[in-house]
Amino acid sequence: MTLALPRSVARRLTRRRPRPGLAAAGLVLFLALAAVALPSLFAGDPLAADPLRVLQAPSAAHWFGTDQLGRDVFDRVVHGARHSLSIGVAATVIAVGAGIVLGLIAGLVRGVADEALSRGFDALAAFPLVLLALLFIAIAGTGTTSLIVAIGIATTPHHARVVRAQTLVVRQAPYVTHAVAFGVSRLRLVLRHVLPNVLGPIPVLAMIGLGEAVLIAAGLSFLGLGPQPPSPEWGAMLSEGRGYLHIAWWASVLPGAAVTATVISLTVIGRLLQNRFEGRPA
Amino acid sequence: MTRAIARRIASGAVVLWAAATAAYLALLAAPGDIVDSLIGDGADTPQVRAQIIAEWNLDRPAVVQYLDYLWRAAQGDLGRSYLLQRPVGEVIGDQLPPTLRLAVAAAAFGVVLALVLAVTTRRRWVRGVSSTAELIIVSTPPFLIGIVLLSVFSFRFGIFPVSGDQSWAALVLPAVTLGLPIAGVLAQVLRDGLDRALDEPFAVTARARGLTERAVLVRHALRHALIPAVTVLGWLTGVLLGGAVIIEQVFGRPGLGQVTLQAVGNGDMPVVLAVVVLAAAVFVVINTAADLAYLLIDPRLRRTTS
Repeated sequence: MTLALPRSVARRLTRRRPRPGLAAAGLVLFLALAAVALPSLFAGDPLAADPLRVLQAPSAAHWFGTDQLGRDVFDRVVHGARHSLSIGVAATVIAVGAGIVLGLIAGLVRGVADEALSRGFDALAAFPLVLLALLFIAIAGTGTTSLIVAIGIATTPHHARVVRAQTLVVRQAPYVTHAVAFGVSRLRLVLRHVLPNVLGPIPVLAMIGLGEAVLIAAGLSFLGLGPQPPSPEWGAMLSEGRGYLHIAWWASVLPGAAVTATVISLTVIGRLLQNRFEGRPA
Repeated sequence: MTRAIARRIASGAVVLWAAATAAYLALLAAPGDIVDSLIGDGADTPQVRAQIIAEWNLDRPAVVQYLDYLWRAAQGDLGRSYLLQRPVGEVIGDQLPPTLRLAVAAAAFGVVLALVLAVTTRRRWVRGVSSTAELIIVSTPPFLIGIVLLSVFSFRFGIFPVSGDQSWAALVLPAVTLGLPIAGVLAQVLRDGLDRALDEPFAVTARARGLTERAVLVRHALRHALIPAVTVLGWLTGVLLGGAVIIEQVFGRPGLGQVTLQAVGNGDMPVVLAVVVLAAAVFVVINTAADLAYLLIDPRLRRTTS
């Protein structure tokens, strides 16, 4: 049964404020996904060099201009979405997976192991991500795989801490104590009763984490530690374009703008979902 | 209170030990022989190998190797770069000043800008604009900010030098680039803190005593808003250290970032390890200082801990 509200009040309560920021964020994400799924539909060959059209300013023929080899910057940005975002997604998958496992262990085992893990999360979370990734890359060598694993490890603590906190709450819940009383095996208890109830905040957290991962990935490949030059990864494009900044700003600024737009969109939508999830007005 | 301080320092020491150990384990975990890892791309001669084995005690039991490594690290001896043929401490010491200058200038700029933004943008619409700007700044890769600033102020208008560290003018753009994201986050934290403080009874009392809104804000609320801001100090250090690596590359500045990148590129492990341990040390010192700063800002904490 619902309370009968005067219609004007009801309308005011349910009316959605127009949210241009959110719409823009959604549009950017949609475009980014489209670019990941079907880059060739929107853009030409990202590697096609044209020595006669080097470093041309943005025009109708080349929306984002051309770079130092005469490659179309727009084509490269569109194709770069797949490179940049897949690194971010893969790193986030590692971070979420490791975070769930370590967080669950810390939350369930308690005692010394929990203390050690938690201090480890704290230290890892506060340590500069870039340095951590650099240490990993120094040991494992440069390349896309080590870039992914490095970012994954560096961002694991965010997820692990949340899962641990959730686990501490869930393990006190009546259904868990009841399950113990019913003699449910430990493994089954964790997998069937604890785990599903711990995962609630993870999707939203992963979305915000994805933005962060894309940002770090671009930074590290800007430093030359990710995909190597001909590949149209956004950070690598920036780094190539840096040398021609004095005559062609578009070759570095526009790929950078693609990173920024993607990260802002992920953050805006992630924060909105987070507020929804926590029941706060957005 | 002395006990609280002693506890903080002890736990800082534990974190340092853990960082040094993690760096050591990372070295052991590296694929291939430890001697190969330490040489990197340096000259691989029998003499160098013998030197490494002697310096790292590789002919002794593992426990001795590890304890000796810790002992040397505790004394500030960070080993030797076999690639550069110099002690690591010297290599880092040479490159520390430009990075410190950059970090201090960026932190000062970021903190001042955040304070100004949080205090002056109290009105509704200004605040909306400012919050949006902060979100954009925080989500923008710092190297993009740097590249945009470079192309506008150095290439278009020629106000600041393009690269290097010869003059104070060369410090302006890198410091602004590194300081902006700090200001973005800090301003949000401060603004939240101010909002909360202004709702407290003491703010009403202060207003009732006839203080102007500005005076309530600056003299009373700001002190409360500073407490959560101090909490993010540790994070801020991380941003400064990690950001400096990238910013130095964008602006072609000498410094720790260049050294680290070169070391990573050449597989110069002693330098990489030293940078990581040094960063951990800075992190511990800042966090301990932040914890002590709480006591300074908030007299209530002093009473409860004594």
